[in-house]
Amino acid sequence: MRAALVVLAALAAAPFIGFGEGYVLTLLARAMILAMAAVSLWLLVGGAGMVSLGHAAMLGIGAYAVVVLDDARITDALVVVPVAMGAAALFALVTGAVAIRTSGVHFIMITLAFGQMAFFTTASLAAYGGDDGYTLYGRTTIGGQRWLENRLVFHFLCLGLLALALAGGQMLLASRFGRVLRAARENPLRVQAVGFSPYPYRLIAYGIAGAIAGLAGVLMANAAEFVAPSYLAWQRSGDLLFMVILGGLGSLQGAVLGALAFVLLEEWLGHLTEHWRLIFGPLLVLSVLFLRGGLVGVLRRG
Amino acid sequence: MSLGLLLVQGLNGLQFGVLLFLVAAGLTLVFGVMDFINLAHGVQYMLGAYLGASLAALTGSFWLGLVLALPAALLCGLLLEWLVFRHLYDRDHLSQVLATFGVILFLNQAVRAIWGSAPLQMPVPPLLEGGITLLPGLQYPVYRIAILAAGLATAGLLWLLVERTRVGALVRAGATHAPMVAALGVDIRRLFMLVFGFGAMLAGFAGVMAAPILSVDPGMGDTVLILAFVVIVIGGIGSVRGAFIAALLVGLIETIGRSLMPDLLRLVMAASPARQAGAAIGSMLVYIAMALILAVRPRGLFPVRG
Repeated sequence: MRAALVVLAALAAAPFIGFGEGYVLTLLARAMILAMAAVSLWLLVGGAGMVSLGHAAMLGIGAYAVVVLDDARITDALVVVPVAMGAAALFALVTGAVAIRTSGVHFIMITLAFGQMAFFTTASLAAYGGDDGYTLYGRTTIGGQRWLENRLVFHFLCLGLLALALAGGQMLLASRFGRVLRAARENPLRVQAVGFSPYPYRLIAYGIAGAIAGLAGVLMANAAEFVAPSYLAWQRSGDLLFMVILGGLGSLQGAVLGALAFVLLEEWLGHLTEHWRLIFGPLLVLSVLFLRGGLVGVLRRG
Repeated sequence: MSLGLLLVQGLNGLQFGVLLFLVAAGLTLVFGVMDFINLAHGVQYMLGAYLGASLAALTGSFWLGLVLALPAALLCGLLLEWLVFRHLYDRDHLSQVLATFGVILFLNQAVRAIWGSAPLQMPVPPLLEGGITLLPGLQYPVYRIAILAAGLATAGLLWLLVERTRVGALVRAGATHAPMVAALGVDIRRLFMLVFGFGAMLAGFAGVMAAPILSVDPGMGDTVLILAFVVIVIGGIGSVRGAFIAALLVGLIETIGRSLMPDLLRLVMAASPARQAGAAIGSMLVYIAMALILAVRPRGLFPVRG
């Protein structure tokens, strides 16, 4: 976990060593929020061996929970956060109950399809802006206080929750529950022979990942003060999956490294040219072909 | 909802279904024979539409555009196979998904850089202009009928090819027992390339045919790709017959559901919420149907392998 600790420490120091401008902090917040979502996806892909191509939907449902409550003028974190995490977890459990019955390519395609279902549903919600999205009246409040409006507070909130997600994920993977999950990834038949059924373990892991992604969605909505169906687009799910693989499946900290590298690369290329995806796409292909083990693998070898 | 409208929506649904089948057929064959999951297959459909539209504009003739776009789509497919995909056959599905996702990002942007973001127009050929009268006072465009006919004819040819020819037998054998086919002295790499190029051409064909009635824009491949995935999951991965039935099913549910749902809901609720809820439920129907089918048959309607 050393690399992740260095990165977290650097993020904590960033506002005080010359990266405190609004623009930079916005970028860093985005990176930390995506890193949190990537951690939740890593638990599925790296921990349980379930490759989900619909994870952006969990994020989006968390963000839309903020929207629905904002429209009803409910902005207190004590309500918003549990509702958002609960909604994302519920969606994960319901769709997971069908998806986890399958495996391999079927699982990839089914999660993709459920993600699209959520995307089209939010796009048809005319009351919340439909395709055009919804601008929040204000950020989420904590005990009636508008602390999140402060950039520094928001920065450290994102950082704290990312650290929490990372530590929680690590504990989950090390627990008895996590060991069954990892064993089922390696060899489901043997796990069954020992007397465990992988299905409930996988379903619960899917629900937990959904809840963490839902929390990231709350932060995402707050960061932009705007939510649109594009948050749930399947390309977002592909991006998240790329962050996880770019970081590497060898260790959970890969998710954090991958997400940071992804956001910085995207930002840098975006400055170079309007058609930055012409460079980004081939880079993605090359990293899949040649960067086996991801950034974590490079760090280990180096 | 009158009978006439239902008839029109039914025809639209079937026509959308055959287009989906042409895309899904390549996807399911490529997956069946090579165990390769290709997200970039939707891009072939988009390339077909763009190539068709610009070649038709260049030559001034729809038919020349169509005839020239097919080999061009084939070439694009083979080039992609040679450059990227063949290095992925022995990698896991996760790597395949990501690398082909990268190809999509690149090609969608390339199309935007070359042709711009504004949708292209492709005129309906003069031969197929106008409409025919289905019921008194109800016209239906000839071109849409032609798509339906061409799609069904292609599906029939494909069935003959897969079920009744030597190459088709190799493809079917490759789908179930690839190592055995290779051991019998068949060059499996060449068979892969053949199937791949053919699938790419079918998707391109669907793209050209769809170009005059749908908008030709950089994201058009993605929408079709995901519905094609739903089709092959419902039909059973690797099964052409399953893909055909599932494609018609998905086309009908998608088209009729979207137009019928608001009217159905109006029977039980007020007009405005019925319109909103109807639109939401209508767009979810395909996925709900998929979930129901998979809950009963996790490997699809016509599973190929065990």
